[in-house]
Amino acid sequence: MNLNLQAIKVIYKYEMLRSWKTLFQSLASPVISTALYFVVFGSAIGSRIDTIEGVPYGLFIVPGLTMLSLLTQSISNASFGIFFPKFTGSIYEVLSAPVSFFEIMVGYVGAAASKSFILGIVILITASFFVELRIEHPIWMVSFLILTCISFSLFGFIIGLWANNFEKLQVIPLLVITPLVFLGGSFYSVSMLPPFWQTVTLFNPVLYLVSGFRWSFFEVSDVNVGLSLAMVVVFLLACLGVISWMFKTGYRLKE
Amino acid sequence: MNSIISIKNLSKVYKGGHKALNRINLDIDKGEIIALLGPNGAGKTTLISTICGIVSPTGGSVSVGGNDIIKNFRESRQLIGLVPQELTLGAFETVWNTIQFSRGLFGKKRDDNYLEQLLKDLSLWDKKNNELRTLSGGMKRRVLIAKALSHQPKILFLDEPTAGVDVELRKDMWNIVRKLRDSGVTIILTTHYIEEAEEIADRIGVISGGELLLIEDKQVLMQKLGKKQLVLEITETIDSIPESLSHYDLALDENANKLIYTYDTGGDGTGITKLLQTLQESGLQLKDMQTTQSSLEDIFVTLVHKGSDNKDMDHQEAKVGGAS
Repeated sequence: MNLNLQAIKVIYKYEMLRSWKTLFQSLASPVISTALYFVVFGSAIGSRIDTIEGVPYGLFIVPGLTMLSLLTQSISNASFGIFFPKFTGSIYEVLSAPVSFFEIMVGYVGAAASKSFILGIVILITASFFVELRIEHPIWMVSFLILTCISFSLFGFIIGLWANNFEKLQVIPLLVITPLVFLGGSFYSVSMLPPFWQTVTLFNPVLYLVSGFRWSFFEVSDVNVGLSLAMVVVFLLACLGVISWMFKTGYRLKE
Repeated sequence: MNSIISIKNLSKVYKGGHKALNRINLDIDKGEIIALLGPNGAGKTTLISTICGIVSPTGGSVSVGGNDIIKNFRESRQLIGLVPQELTLGAFETVWNTIQFSRGLFGKKRDDNYLEQLLKDLSLWDKKNNELRTLSGGMKRRVLIAKALSHQPKILFLDEPTAGVDVELRKDMWNIVRKLRDSGVTIILTTHYIEEAEEIADRIGVISGGELLLIEDKQVLMQKLGKKQLVLEITETIDSIPESLSHYDLALDENANKLIYTYDTGGDGTGITKLLQTLQESGLQLKDMQTTQSSLEDIFVTLVHKGSDNKDMDHQEAKVGGAS
């Protein structure tokens, strides 16, 4: 396939450069909020909770907290990245350049996913200041991290293409993603819930993500790790499917 | 064949049913400057956007440098630089970064020397590290031109380039356009300033209601449609044109002391000598006389009005005129 690699490179580079300018905000706010969670849940409340499935509570919440930031940041990075040129109109340049939609996606989503990955690592480093971090399966951990960054950046890219105002840009992350993360076992084990709610939680896709990610740290999971991985891959493929339909029809990009 | 852009039966109907382009046929020659004139909403921007790949056509085809704009979009877009009508720029990038970005999008390797010269030509070099949001409207317009030229295109589209631009920048811009044309770049521009089209273009197209009413060599157009008027001011007022002058195409002005003679410069003779002779014989005393020539603006207004009155008839004209 004849790819315009130079174009992918510049989209990626200038997306990264955009974040570089606001590096402090990009990193400080997730780091501070993660630190606050550790202070409140890990030390203050966590000290009253014994262990969950043999893992101290402060340590137990590390994967869930990382996922919380990762998901919201992947979505917001990717959605804003494509929404802003649409909003200012400067998207005309990308649309009239010899660049395929695939290349546009790789550039924008690649940059958003890279930023989220860096953020995930920074959060884990922050966590290591509060708890004694242990990672049983580092390769699985990194794989989950990368897959999550890519799939939720793709999801954010869809939101950025779909949104035609700033409100729409915020509505899915706020009203859908945050509740799903909180109710997906980020801060507790699903087994702590009554049986009815355990069943309900199984319909929450984030549960599989958090569970698989947590397994890579402590070998403790709510659902089978293979199922977790399969769910993330299915979500990634679904996002790719939606994006390819959007590109085919020129949805909100081309008239 | 020397045409660099070939448009065949190009149509565009927007989702709401608005017919923005209706079977446009146009061949643009390599190295020429074409000015597209037309009222707001005529379809000029849709035409440009379709050629550049921003709008999908609903019918017909366009080839640029022999490449179909859909099948071979990479090759066709590679040749084109586009300066949009609106000041659509990002906010936080610097001038230097944004033109590097534009060049990269077209798959071109870095060439700092070329870009430096480009910014110097556009009087932007001292602003190269400024963020785009801090620039004035005129400066932003220059940046848009720099972005469009960053990949050394063979064809440049300028969509209303002088809208809201001061005199100095306008002069600079036309100098750049001429320089580009001299270097072999084909230029297609839309403008509301008819005198600019008159001054700079080789050929002029008139678009109205999504149809190309006419495309013609500027000189030929002026000759073909340019009517001249001779105004003869007489010493007294008269009630009506004397019988002896009735076979001339004469009109009496509202003050009843001026005879207006309309004639065609393209004809074998203007008939002025005979008219003056007859005038003298009729006993009217001549006080003053002057001639006026219709400008491109008059031609444009006439065409667009005719277009809305009788589209079918004008479409025929366009077909005749469009055969280049």
